[in-house]
Amino acid sequence: MAMTMTEKILARAAGRDAVRPGDNIWVNVDVLMTHDVCGPGTIGVFQQHFGKDARVWDPEKVVIIPDHYIFTADEKARRNVGILREFVAQQGIRHFYDVGTDRYKGVCHVALPEGGHTRPGEVLFGTDSHTCTAGAFGEFATGIGNTDAGFVMGTGKLWVKVPETMRFIFEGELPPYLMAKDLILQVIGDIGVDGATYRAMEFAGDGVYSLNIEERMTLCNMVIEAGGKNGVIAPDQVTLDYLRARTDKPFTVVTNDPGATFHSERVYDVAKLEPVVAKPHSPDNRALARELSEVRLDRAYIGSCTGGKITDFIAAARILKGRQVAIDTFIVPATTEVAKGLVRERVEGQTLAEIFRDAGCKLGQPSCAACLGGPADTFGRLNEPLKCISTTNRNFPGRMGHKEGQVFLASPLTAAASAVTGRITDPREML
Amino acid sequence: MLDKIQGKVYVLGDDIDTDQIIPAHYLTFNPAVPEERRMFGVYALSGVPLAQAGLPEGQRPFVPEGGAPGEYRIVVAGKNFGCGSSREHAPLALDEAGVEAVIAESYARIFFRNSVNGGYLIPYETPTRLVDEIRTGDEVELDVRANRLTNRTTGKSYELSPLGDILPILEAGDVFAYARASGMLA
Repeated sequence: MAMTMTEKILARAAGRDAVRPGDNIWVNVDVLMTHDVCGPGTIGVFQQHFGKDARVWDPEKVVIIPDHYIFTADEKARRNVGILREFVAQQGIRHFYDVGTDRYKGVCHVALPEGGHTRPGEVLFGTDSHTCTAGAFGEFATGIGNTDAGFVMGTGKLWVKVPETMRFIFEGELPPYLMAKDLILQVIGDIGVDGATYRAMEFAGDGVYSLNIEERMTLCNMVIEAGGKNGVIAPDQVTLDYLRARTDKPFTVVTNDPGATFHSERVYDVAKLEPVVAKPHSPDNRALARELSEVRLDRAYIGSCTGGKITDFIAAARILKGRQVAIDTFIVPATTEVAKGLVRERVEGQTLAEIFRDAGCKLGQPSCAACLGGPADTFGRLNEPLKCISTTNRNFPGRMGHKEGQVFLASPLTAAASAVTGRITDPREML
Repeated sequence: MLDKIQGKVYVLGDDIDTDQIIPAHYLTFNPAVPEERRMFGVYALSGVPLAQAGLPEGQRPFVPEGGAPGEYRIVVAGKNFGCGSSREHAPLALDEAGVEAVIAESYARIFFRNSVNGGYLIPYETPTRLVDEIRTGDEVELDVRANRLTNRTTGKSYELSPLGDILPILEAGDVFAYARASGMLA
């Protein structure tokens, strides 16, 4: 029976020859990831059900990445990282990226591939909805809650329902004013915030394969904003080159069988797309950037798993080079590796960090920071009802802190152009 | 799993995301610590904009000033309930606030899974848009065996979608009890 990539990965993980959409199956888990926000609860569930001294099913397959509430004086937030530390020591877990050490990385979805924990054909569960980011490496990756994660910790297994696959094909190379964020906001605007609920979203076409791995991660990162269970992109040489530098574990590349059945297929001509923005308070509330030039802003924020990678900052720097920001602009690298890139990568001779400082931006330390609000002292948090253009992935009421704050989601190019003018601006005006 | 749930209903709109159910700055509480776990009930639904809090009028506090549990045992909502983050603190917060069941037109899948696998509440789906039919504060009765909701305030009755695949897990209590019952777990 012909199967999709997602079906084939799940069939292998279930030890079956074939599965069909709708099947409820138990799968063997290759990697379980948790962080400081859901780790303590997960550990609590694990110890409650398997015992205080129980061992995790495989310490090599558990990856713990504190990233959410890191640079804060909040006592409970710091206590939670302490709980992770104690558990890791007790269990002999090697893959722990502790705060305050040179192993610290930052945002888990970017840290996972950097640490070599994403591999084609595998099953990755994480206690974070944006775990779907790792589908960019051709694996099945999705977010789960504490109970499911506690179950996986003890058994290495979890039940899943096999999803149908929706295909999104982007034809043609991206013009210089478009980024992966524009593509995914286009899709979410088309199908709605529940348009892919329970389903896999596969991205393909030469438009997708012209993107580097970070941009592919941005596409898969936001499938959850359409309700998707997982996003997936079949690996190519770009994927394999990235992985070769980061993991020596063997893996098997999985692709769609010829004749596999899909729920639906949408084809986009990339040349016809324009820079877009998702208006408050929903990621599917799409508008063209050029149609929102009347919207005055108080703040710009460039960061997070979806908008704080080195590709995102190079894009922002192309706009900000030699210009000044008109509003408070926060730059938050996702990880320490990205932060190193800020002082290494150059645009027209200047490092990204120099460009951002000269433009008047504020630079923060690698973490999730204000993407999801967090404690009141979080860098860039909306503590007042401000209007913010942001490269993050959610703009729900209160998402970045203040309940009456307004968040406009956009690509780093659009966010940077808007930072310069203080109103929503199509980056074509400045490229 | 309860066979019958009676009590007051709290009504919400579409796309109620997990940041509205439990805002992120409360996630520093550790649900494994009982006194911190209770705090999720105190702040349940505190992120819902006031105009949409308890439809149709809004401005209705979900949990009283004094703290959880509140007076509402059932939440009725529109489509895509629980969208957004994977935080299990969301169904947990509703549970701590006294909610036994949510009845929505559709759910985001992680919230749905967490509700069932963690044994917090019954996530019922309704083919009828009940948000326009039921008012916050109405007295309702949910017959879980018959998949039927009766509004005692108006006398109207509604058929809900059968629980299907999740029924065995709900009946067992949570995913651990279900796995034990099905021989998956010793």
